Parts: sequence; C-alpha cells; structure tokens
Amino acid sequence: MSTAVHLAATGHGFLSPTGVEIAFLLVGIVTFAAAVITVTTKQLVHAALWLVVALGGIAVEYLLLTAEFIAWVQVLIYVGSVVVLLLFGLMMTRAPIGRSPDADSGNRPAALAVAVTAAAALVWVVVDAFRATWIDLDKGVQGSTAVSGESLFRYWVLPFEALSVLLLAALVGAIVLSRKKVEEER
Amino acid sequence: MHLAYPAVLAVLLFCTGLYGVLARRNAILVLMSVELMLNAVNLNLVAFDVWLRDTLHAGQALTLFTIAIAAAEIGIGLAIVLLVYRNRGTSDVDRLRDLADPPPSGQDPMDDSMAAATDNGPGNGSDNGPDHSADQGIPARRQTA
Repeated sequence: MSTAVHLAATGHGFLSPTGVEIAFLLVGIVTFAAAVITVTTKQLVHAALWLVVALGGIAVEYLLLTAEFIAWVQVLIYVGSVVVLLLFGLMMTRAPIGRSPDADSGNRPAALAVAVTAAAALVWVVVDAFRATWIDLDKGVQGSTAVSGESLFRYWVLPFEALSVLLLAALVGAIVLSRKKVEEER
Repeated sequence: MHLAYPAVLAVLLFCTGLYGVLARRNAILVLMSVELMLNAVNLNLVAFDVWLRDTLHAGQALTLFTIAIAAAEIGIGLAIVLLVYRNRGTSDVDRLRDLADPPPSGQDPMDDSMAAATDNGPGNGSDNGPDHSADQGIPARRQTA
C-alpha cells in the first residue's frame, strides 16, 4: 500500500507525457483560458457563459482523474444550476447587455499584482513539492458512483445529514431575504 | 499522470479567481470568481484523493460537501445581492461603503460612482482643492459622521 501510495515518478518524465496527460493539459489550457476570460471580459453575460466553459472543463478533468461521480455532480450542480442562478441574478439586477466599461474596479493593478505574485509563489512551491509524484490511474476507477456512495453513506453519513440541514437553512434564508421587500410593498 | 498537472491547474484557477474577486466591481462577477476559487480547491481535493487512494475517500466526500456549500453560498449571496440592488439601485461593491462613510442621503448613487472609486481612503477625504468639485458631497458627509 505504502509503495503504491508513494510511487515515485521514476521513468515518467515530463517530456514523454501519456495520453491522459496530454488530454489533461489541453483541457486544462481551455479551462484556464475560459477562467481568465470570465474574470476579464467587459460583458457580464459573456462572463457567465465563459464560466460554463471553465466549469465544464473542470468536470472533464474530474473524468480524466477517474472521479466520475464528482464530474457528473459538477455538471449537474455547477453548470446546471449555479450558472443559471448567476444568469438570473444578472438579469434581475438589470445588468447591461453589451460592454459595460465599469466592470473592473479601480484597484485592478493591485489585484493583478497580488494574483500574479500568488500564482508565481504557489506554482513554484507546488512544482517543487510534487514534480516527482505520480498518480497511478490504471488501478481501477477511484470515484465511481458505487465507491462514492458507499464511502459517503458508510463513513460520512453524519456530515452528509448536517450538510442537508445547512442547505435547507440556506434555501429558507434565501427565500426569507427575497420575500422581505414584497411584504413591505403590501 | 503527474500530480503536478492538476495541482498547477488548481493554483492557476485559484489565482484567476483571486484576481476576479479583487478586481471586479459587480457583485455577481465577484460571486463568479468565488466559484472559480472553490472549483480550484475541489480539483485539488479530487487529485489528492485519487493519488493517495484513500479508503475513506475523504477528498471526494469533501468535494461533494464543498459543492453543496457552494450551492448554498450562491443562493444566499444572490439573495443578498438582489436585496442590495433593490435597496440601493446598484450592485457595485465599490459603492457599498456604509462601513467607511455614511450613505449619501437623497443623492443619486449614479452621481458619486467616480467619487467613490477614486476617493477611497480616510486621508484624502479632506478637501484637496478645487479639482474635486465632483465629490462635494463627501466632506459634508464626513462632517455629519
């Protein structure tokens, strides 16, 4: 077990990538580009639609990491509902269609400096720490629905139930927040 | 697969979300950037779970919990943004300055958008000269504070 866990990437160079790595890299480039467009575009609705591309790309990355159940949950919840909620939010706050020149705040250079600094530091640390670490994807699927369901309902039942209560409380809170103005108008 | 690929992708996505949170002005775009940051964390959790072959599958369980919490967060966040928009007529986070300044009373929030964007700091609130004719309301507001 421990030899399998700490399997070093001996014989696996970065210059001879496997097919999965090439696919991961290409989808990762698309995902990162979509994320960058999401945070930089001036058109608010386009930002939400590029967010769909970024989140879908992450779902494909989950599939490549053999976490099937997480991938479909990602598609269902993020692409299916969160982006729709964001689009409804944009619609109900009367977001302008087309380019809005004040989409970016005044502290944009500071934000860029912070983000680039954090990215450089974290990439350096992560590459230095994990450049010899190899994920063995050939030993069966890690995140199939059977495996995920079994672990979720055998070991994680109590957090699962607590989280369902939290989700219910959040939904009730959202409804209460949204109803407040309607009662005042009456 | 090298663990460095998903780890570096997660770092890049997280920093993209960080830039978005700091640089965006619309509150809904800030929420989108928060979603990007949460997704970067999820990618890290899944990658490390698959690498470590955890028997409890803690990474994937935590990813599911994070997705549920993100759904709750986006619901509450959008409700708050809608409420703010109804009360203020704007969803720009730069103009929500109640903790820094008293709110403009009877003033159209469209008027002081540039003033709020440029005049952010306790030091330069005192009048800087005749070139600040656009934000006449701000020293008056500070006197009432």
